[in-house]
Amino acid sequence: MIGLISYIAFFATMAGIMAIAVLGLNLQWGNTGLFNGGVVAFFGMGAYGTMILGGRPEAEQFGGFELPFLIAFAGGILAAGLMAWVVGKLTLRLRHDYLAIATFGVAIAFESVTRNAEWLTGGAKGLRGFPRPFEAAIGDGFTYGLVFLALVLAVLIVVYVGLERLVRAPYGRVLRAIREDEVAARSLGKDPARMRLQAFIIGSMIMGAAGGLYVTFYAFVSPQDMAPILTFQLWAMLIVGGAGNNRGAVLGAFLIWGAWTLSGFALARYAPASMQLYAGSVQYILIGLVIVGMLLWRPQGLVPERIGKTFNDRAAKAPTNTGAHQA
Amino acid sequence: MIQNLVDGILTGSIYSLAAIGMTMVMHMLRFANFSYAELLGIGGYAALVFDRLFAALVPALGVAIEPLTLTWALVLAMLVAMVITGASAVLFDWLVFKRIRAKADALSMVFASFGVALIVRNVITLIFGHKAELYSQDIAFAVVLSRDPMLLVKPDQIFTLVAALVLMLAFHLVLTRTTFGYALRAVAENPNLSQVSGVRLSSMVTAVWMIGGGLSAAAGVFYAMTNHLSPVMGHNFVLPVFAATIVGGIGSVYGAVLGGFIVGIASGLALMVLPSGYTPAMPFVIILAVLLVRPHGLFGEDRDA
Amino acid sequence: MSDTVLTIEGLEAGYVRDLPILRNVALTLRRQSLTTIIGPNGAGKSTLIKAIAGLVPVSAGRIMLDGAEITHLRPDRMGELGLAYVPQTDNIFRQLSIRENLALVMRRMPDRASRLQELLGVFPALEPKLGDRAGSLSGGQRQMLAVAMALARRPRVMLMDEPSAGLSPKITAEVLDLARGLTGQGVSILLVEQNVKQALRVSDHCYILAEGRNQLDGPAAQILSDPVVGEIYLGGKRVGAA
Repeated sequence: MIGLISYIAFFATMAGIMAIAVLGLNLQWGNTGLFNGGVVAFFGMGAYGTMILGGRPEAEQFGGFELPFLIAFAGGILAAGLMAWVVGKLTLRLRHDYLAIATFGVAIAFESVTRNAEWLTGGAKGLRGFPRPFEAAIGDGFTYGLVFLALVLAVLIVVYVGLERLVRAPYGRVLRAIREDEVAARSLGKDPARMRLQAFIIGSMIMGAAGGLYVTFYAFVSPQDMAPILTFQLWAMLIVGGAGNNRGAVLGAFLIWGAWTLSGFALARYAPASMQLYAGSVQYILIGLVIVGMLLWRPQGLVPERIGKTFNDRAAKAPTNTGAHQA
Repeated sequence: MIQNLVDGILTGSIYSLAAIGMTMVMHMLRFANFSYAELLGIGGYAALVFDRLFAALVPALGVAIEPLTLTWALVLAMLVAMVITGASAVLFDWLVFKRIRAKADALSMVFASFGVALIVRNVITLIFGHKAELYSQDIAFAVVLSRDPMLLVKPDQIFTLVAALVLMLAFHLVLTRTTFGYALRAVAENPNLSQVSGVRLSSMVTAVWMIGGGLSAAAGVFYAMTNHLSPVMGHNFVLPVFAATIVGGIGSVYGAVLGGFIVGIASGLALMVLPSGYTPAMPFVIILAVLLVRPHGLFGEDRDA
Repeated sequence: MSDTVLTIEGLEAGYVRDLPILRNVALTLRRQSLTTIIGPNGAGKSTLIKAIAGLVPVSAGRIMLDGAEITHLRPDRMGELGLAYVPQTDNIFRQLSIRENLALVMRRMPDRASRLQELLGVFPALEPKLGDRAGSLSGGQRQMLAVAMALARRPRVMLMDEPSAGLSPKITAEVLDLARGLTGQGVSILLVEQNVKQALRVSDHCYILAEGRNQLDGPAAQILSDPVVGEIYLGGKRVGAA
C-alpha cells in the first residue's frame, strides 16, 4: 500500500514538474503564438543553474557554491530567463519561424555544452546535487516524497494562479491581440516586439523553474536528463490539453505523462526481448503521431481556449452592434 | 589548417545539395521545415536497400570502381533512392502539410514538421537498427596529396564533391535553360503572376518536393559514402541545412549553394580552435551571426512574417 | 457569334468568407470594345478584375467567356481559354530576362518562335533588351512587356488593372492608345483606371462601381460629359465645360 502511494506520489511529482514547464510553454505558444523549438534548453538551464549554484564543491569543477536552495533555485530561473532574453532579442523581430530555428539551435548548443564543458557541467558524468530542502529534518523516505510533491504542487499552483491573472488582465488580452493581428495591436499603441519578448522570457523562466525542481528532486543532473524528446513530450502535453488554456495545459501534462509511463511499462512487459532496445523508438513514434494527429484533427486540444474565445466573440459582435445602432 | 579547409569544402558540398531544396520549400510554402533533413536519412537508407538488392541480383554490379569504394549497384541505387525520397517528400506533403496549410498558420506547419521528423527518424531506427551502416566494407585508403602541410583525401571524397557539383550544375541548367526552370523561378518570385501566366501552383509545389527530395537523397548517399549511415543522420543535418539556407537568404538557390559551403568551411575551420564536441553547435553560432549582421542573408529579400 | 464576349451576372466575391467586397455586380463586355471601370478608391474595381481572372474567390454569381462558364476556374487555366490579365504592379518577373518572361507564358504554344517575332514587331523597343533582366526595364517598357506577355497567347479578352500606375502622362497616353489599337485587332479589353479622363477618351463604354456595387454605366462619351458624374467621379471639375 505504502509502495503504491509512494509510486503515485512519485508519478504526480514528475507530472507536476512537467505541468509547470507546459504552463511556461503555454504562455509562449498558446497565449502569444511564439514557437519554442528547444524547450529542453530552458528547462536545462534552470536545472544546471540550480545545480551549479546549490551543489557541493568538487575538485576541478566550477560551481558548487552551496547556496541555500531558494537562492540556487532563483538563480537557475534567472539563468533560463537570461538565455531567453538573448535569443528573443536576436530573433523576435524577424520572420516568425526564425524563433523556432534559433531555439532549436539553442537546444543543440546547450547539449554540446553539457556534454563537453566538463569544468562547468561535469560532461557526461553530470553533476551531483545537494541535500534537498527539509531532507535533513524529515529524512529520505516515504514522508519526504510527499513533502516534495507538496512543494511541486505549491509551485504549480503559484505559477497557475499567476498566469491566470496575467492572461485575464489587460496584459493577456494584448498578448492575444498580438498573436491574432500584430498590425492591429501596434495601432493600439502597443509595442508587439517588446510584449513578445517579455512573454518569451517569463515562459522560459517558468520552464527553468521546472528544471530546477527536477534536478533538486533527483539530486543529480546529466546530459541524459536533457534529451531532445523532452521538448516533444511537453509540446504533446500542450497540444493535447489545448493551447491557450492553462487548465488544459495541466490536464495534458498529467495525461501524456501517464500515457508515456504506461506505454513504457507495457513495452517493457509485453514487447519481445529483441525489441526492448527499440522500446524508446516506439514511444517516440507515438509522441510524433500524437502531435501530428492533434494538429490534423483536433488542433484546439481537449480543452479549447476559453478566454480567447469570448474575446473573439466580442470582437466579432462589435461590428454587428454598431450596425444596429446605425440602423 | 588546409586539411580543415578541404574537409569543410567536402562537407559543405553536402550541405549545399540539401539546402537547395530546403530554401525552395521554405520560400514557397513559407515555413521552416524541421523534417526536411530527414530526407537525407530516407535517401541514404533507401540507397542501402537497393545497393544490396542490385549487388545480389547482378553480382557484377557489386564490384568497386577503382580507386573508389563506389559500385555500379550503388550508383543505380542512388538514382532509385532519389526518386523514392522525392516521392516520400510529396507523400508527407499530401498527408500532413497540405492539410494543415489549408486551415492553419505557418507555425502549425513548423510544429507538424517536428512531429513528422520524430516519426520518420524513429521508423528508420525500428527498421534498420541503432547501429551505423556502411555501403561498402572495403577500407577506403586516403591519398596523401601533400606532406607539408599534411593533406589527406579519400578518392570517395573527391568523387562526392565532383558529383555534388555536377548535380548543382545540372539544376542550374534546368533553372536557366528550360521553361520548367523559368516556371520554378517565376513561382519563387511572384506566385500570383505565375498562375496568371499559366503555371499551376500545385504542380510546382510537387515539383519542388521531388527536386528537394532527390537532391537530399543524393546528399544523404554522399554523406554515407564518406562517413556512415545512422538513424540520427537527419537530426544532425537539421541545423547546418537551416544555417546554409539562412546564410544564403531564404528563396535563393545560389545563396543556398554558397551558404552550404560557408557553413561547411566555417565548421571545418572551427575545429582548429574548438574541441570536436562543439561541432554540432557551430551552425547555430553562424545563424546567430547572420541574424545579427544581415538578417535576410546574402541574397535574401526583405519579406518578413 | 454573339456581340458580347464576357458576361458577369450577380457576382459576389471577396477574400474573406462571409465578407464579400463585390455584391451583385453585373457587367457585359462587347466584342472588340474597350470598356473602362471607374469608381472611388475601395470600390472593388481591382477585386472585380482579379475575381474574373480567378484570383479572388467568388461566392455567388457567374462569369461567362464567350458562352462558357469560367467562374471557378483556376487562374492558370484562364490563358488557354483566351482570357489574359495584366496586374497593376509586379506584372513582370523581374528576376527573369525579357526573353524568359515571354517564353514562360508561351511555353505550351507550338508556334512560340514565330509568335515571339510577331510580338517584337509590335513592341520593337523590347528586341534589343531580350537578354536583360526584366527588372532593369524602365516603367514604360515594363508595361510594354506586361502587355506583350498578356497578348502572347492571343487572348480574346484582356483585363488591365491600372496600366497607368506609376507612369508619366505621356507614357500613359501611349499605353492607352496601344490598348485602343488592340481592339481593332480583335481583342476586347476591360480596363480599370484611376486616370479617368484619359481613359474615357479612348473607351467605348464605362461602368461606375462604388462600395462593391454597380452604380451606373453608359457610353464613355456620355459619362465623360455627364455633369453629375463629372462632379462625383471625375475630380469635382466639370469635364467638357471648356
